[in-house]
Order: sequence, then structure tokens, then C-alpha cells
Amino acid sequence: MTIDINPELYAQVPDEHGRFGVYGGKFVAETLMSALAELEALYDSLKDDPAFLREFDLDLAHYVGRPSPLYEASRWSDMIGGGRIYLKREDLNHTGAHKVNNTIGQALLAKYMGKKRVIAETGAGQHGVASATVAARLGLECHVFMGEEDVRRQALNVYRMKLLGATVVPVTSGSKTLKDAMNEALRDWVTNVDDTFYIIGTVAGPHPYPMLVRDFQSVIGREARAQSLAMTGKLPDALVACVGGGSNAIGLFHPFLADHDVAMYGVEAGGKGVSTGEHAAPLSAGIPGVLHGNRTYLMQDENGQIMHTHSVSAGLDYPGVGPEHAWLKDIGRVNYVDATDTEALAAFHRVTRVEGIMPALETAHALAYAEKLAATMTPDQHIIVNLSGRGDKDILTVAEIDGIELGAS
Amino acid sequence: MSRLGPLFERLKTEGRRAVIPYLVAGDPNEDLTVPLMHALVEAGADVIEVGVPFSDPMSEGPTIQKGHERALEGGTSLKSTLALVAQFRQTNTTTPLVLMGYANPLERQGYAFVADACADAGIDGLITVDLPPEEVSAMNTELRRRELDNIFLISPTTSDERVATITEQASGFIYYVALKGVTGAGHLDTEAVEAHLSLIRGHTDLPVAVGFGIKDAETAATVAGCADAVVVGSAMVDCIAAEYASNGNSATAIEKATSLISTIRTGVNLATSK
Repeated sequence: MTIDINPELYAQVPDEHGRFGVYGGKFVAETLMSALAELEALYDSLKDDPAFLREFDLDLAHYVGRPSPLYEASRWSDMIGGGRIYLKREDLNHTGAHKVNNTIGQALLAKYMGKKRVIAETGAGQHGVASATVAARLGLECHVFMGEEDVRRQALNVYRMKLLGATVVPVTSGSKTLKDAMNEALRDWVTNVDDTFYIIGTVAGPHPYPMLVRDFQSVIGREARAQSLAMTGKLPDALVACVGGGSNAIGLFHPFLADHDVAMYGVEAGGKGVSTGEHAAPLSAGIPGVLHGNRTYLMQDENGQIMHTHSVSAGLDYPGVGPEHAWLKDIGRVNYVDATDTEALAAFHRVTRVEGIMPALETAHALAYAEKLAATMTPDQHIIVNLSGRGDKDILTVAEIDGIELGAS
Repeated sequence: MSRLGPLFERLKTEGRRAVIPYLVAGDPNEDLTVPLMHALVEAGADVIEVGVPFSDPMSEGPTIQKGHERALEGGTSLKSTLALVAQFRQTNTTTPLVLMGYANPLERQGYAFVADACADAGIDGLITVDLPPEEVSAMNTELRRRELDNIFLISPTTSDERVATITEQASGFIYYVALKGVTGAGHLDTEAVEAHLSLIRGHTDLPVAVGFGIKDAETAATVAGCADAVVVGSAMVDCIAAEYASNGNSATAIEKATSLISTIRTGVNLATSK
């Protein structure tokens, strides 16, 4: 694919209004505008500050366990018989997913701001666990908002958060999933804005969140780029990552954006199939609109009401997507595709059995697409897939779908 | 031409304060909305705020959230809300009506369409919770084209500098959010409200309405001491919902709402006649 844009453009977004082209912005109630301005000013002053960056890097090295390995999935690649697949092992991070890169960064910001209380929204629970973890470490009070439906299907992560000292608040409004958890977190923030830092878990929300979450997650792509060069002597031919809000995908993609020979695939949750309407693939089938503080592609009806989404994975079950992804779609830099529930589950089982790596169901969507893509490539080409999280949290869901009763022989 | 400017001019000469009830269009059903609006005017409402239901009303507390959910279950949309407004206008051409809601249902139709549809239906101004001045210019151009007022929210966290920016773009009136929080929450700090209102009045001659946290005659009377208008939201939505849920009777639900507004009207009148 030919991409007819100036590579320097990637470093110029978002603009001073927080916009990525027509997307992004700050669509929030007036009460939050001063808190966003304060956060923006603080982040501006710290993002190139050597002391702040050193503190962040040290935490990532000694607490998270970075750099995460880049691993060649040889047996799986051999079975596919096409391009080679490398896995960026974010599942090996402390707490088991990429989410912690961002919560470490935002917790540092909360500390610099002197906030005593943090709140977070969570879908699969990985961001909730990562937030509860950094809160425990810094001695901050932590409230995690989680849709009632997700509390049920991610019971293990709920208990982890409680063990870490966080209060998990089940959200019963709307569809009882991630979008409603985010509504409730915004309501809490508007009420407690003076003493509370809102740790948003993805590259969505009002400016400056999409930018700072991207910056904190970009460590994934920076490492992967250097690791690819060291291990193969060249850049990858393609990158693949799952996209719910899109933080792991942006983290992997961003440091490669100007490398126009590197193809990129963001894999949305196709649910029961995009044509059925029961999915969570706004980039594939949505329309631009405004939700949760930013303009982006949304799953919405003809009256502008946000639609219920469906995905087997709680972490992708969200009707919007980060505004930078919306922009990257429109300019043609990233290809947005989808994998269905069935395809993701098949990939979950395959990679577990063939590589001994049990991926999160979110991640399994990326693996499902990578398998298809690798089959169209040659062995001298290689793909990096962001193995964004581990699947321990999902085994009860998988067992239920497979009709397995745990404890039965 | 908006009816808001002339109304507030008249109230000012009469030394009166406006009472502004808020309702969610289509809550609990669309048949109740227009009779309710007429009854509220009878009971002493000067302006009515008509909430457009949205699936993700991020600034609303539980009471108004449920109102939005009930209205959506009945199929109420921006278009059907404006149809109700047009129906109200068949017999009332004088009471100003303000549409209150969220950006996405407006964006979905396009701001030009929204401005035309609102003006044609008989709306006087819009309050859009998640369109702060930074994001509003596209809509404002269209609203001005049809001489509709754009009413902005100012909150306890709004800096003096932002108050200046907001009042420059605002028309109709300013809506001061008396609390940090969602609708229906907490208790009012009257002194803080007074301090903020004097800050706002340092920047603009526009009337200032106060909302969030006004639930009865007493709170309304206190606020009316310093504001040009009081907005009653959650308490209204709650009394209609509770009555309707108990017996499914629209007439008694409307009675409950009108009795709340009459009480508040009396409280406000007493406070301002002192």
C-alpha cells in the first residue's frame, strides 16, 4: 500500500487542542476542564524532563520487569508455513498485561500532583488490577469502576483487585460493561475532582489522555523495533495488535508509524460477525461521533445513541476507540480488520497448545488475524504480534464456552 | 428570535426571578410530556428545560440517568423530542424552551440540521453538557444563523480566565452548576455560590441561572437571593417517576410535579419580595 503522507506528521499529533485530524478533543462537562488543563500543563512540563523519565524507566525496569522479550513463535510459524511470527511478550509484565506501563506513568503524575485518591475504569479487569497495584505501591486510595456483567465474567481479576486493597464498584447502568464503567468513573471524577486522579486505561477519553497513554505505552514499540533489528537485522514486515480502546496497539504501532514499509493491522472484536451487528468493531462498522470526551468512530444508531456491543472478551467490549486510531484509519496508515469470537477462541487454544503460551482473549483476536496474515507471507518475512496479556483471567470463560465443568473429572 | 432575552428583561423590571423546571422528554412516556409542560407553565415555570435522552448521560446522577433510560425505552429521540416541542408550541408561543443534552445526538444529525429543526420547532436555546467553548464553534455558527441562544455551563472549578472566554460566546443566560458533581447530588454551599456569581457578573450582564442541588422551596429561595433563575432537575424527575411508578396515572404524576413547582415558585417569590 502506498501511503501518501509526510512521515513528520505523526509527531505533530495531537495538536494543541488535542486533535488528531478531526478526532480527539475535550468533550467534557465544564467542571472537568480545569482538571484537564492542570494535567496537561503538568505533563507538558514533565514529558521531556530527564528526572521524570528516569523515574519512569526505573519503575518499568525493576517493578514491571522490562524490557519484555521478543519471542519467535517457531513451532506455530512452522505449522502455518508462511511468514515468521514474533510475539512481543507484554504478558510477562508484572500484573500480566501491557496495562501496567500506563498505570506506572499515570501514578507518577498523580504523585507529582499530590493526589491521594485514584480511580479507574476497567473492562477485563487488567487495567483495574494494574491501577490497584500501583495504588497499593504508592499508598493511594483506589476505586475501580467495573460493569456488573464484567464483574461476573472476570471474577478472578475482581478478587485480585480486592486483595490489593482497591474498592471495586460494580456499575449497573446501561449495558453494564466497559462504557458504563467509564461513565461512572467520569461521574466520580466530576464529584471528587479536587483530590482524585483519574487513571484512564486506554488511549481514549479527553485530551491529554490519548496522548499521554500513547506515550507511556510506546515503550512497547520502541523495544520491539530495537529487538527486531537485533534479532533479524531488519524491521518487521507487519505489526498486528488487538484494538478495543487501542492502547496496546498504539503502543506497538507508534514508534513504527514513519516506517512506511511496515504494514500495520489493528484487529477489532468481530463478535458473532460484523455483518450480524453483534460485535465491537467501530472502526470497521461505526460512524464518527462524540463519547467519553473525544470525537472518534462509534457504534451508534441513527439517533446518535450508543449501541450495545458484543465480544467474548470484556476488554474489547467497547463501542468507541482511541481518536488516534480513527485518524490512522482515515489517512490509511493502519489497516483495521476484525476477528470473530470463534476465531479468537480457536487461536487461544492453538497458541496455548503449540507454544505453551496462554494468551488473553483480547490478545487472541490479534493472534487469529496474524495466523491468516502469516499464511499469505513468505518465510523471509516476519510479523510482530503484540501479546498484550496473559489468559489466566479468562480460563473460566473459556471453560464455560467449551462446556467444561471445572472440578469434574 | 429567542424568547429568553425579552423574558429576563421583563423579569428584571418586575424584580422577579425565573423558575426553570427540567424534564426528560418522553419520561416516563411521550404522551405525558406536553401536558406536563403546559401544567408546569400554569404552576409558575418561566422557562422549561427539555432534556434530550442519551444513552450515556455522563453528568447525570442516578435519578436523571433513569429518566433518560425510561425515555429511550419508549423510543424518544432528538427528532421526537422536537416533535413534542412543536406540539407544545401549538398552544403556547411565549414560554421560552431550552433543549438540554449531550453532543452526540446533535452531531449525528449535523449541527445545521439541528439548528434548523430546533428553530422550526420553537426552541429558544441549547445547553450541551459536553460542548465546552473549546469544542463549540461549529455548532455556535449554526445556532447564530437561526438566532438560537447557546447557554454555557460554568462550574465551581471554572477559572476567572475561562469565565471570560465562556461569557464572550454565551447568550440567553449562563447556567451556573452549583456543585462539583453530577445532577441531584449533595448540598449547596450558598456562600460559595454567591461568591462565584459575583465573579461571573464581573464579566457579563447575562442573567445567571443556578442549578444542581435545588430540590425544594427552601434551597430555591436561598439561591434566588443571588441568582436570576433557579433550575429544578432531579427533584422534578424524581417526583414524576415515583408517582407514575406507583400507579401508572399520568394525571397524578403531573399534579405532583406542578405542586413541587408551585411550592418552589412561592418560595422564590417570598425570598425576592423581602
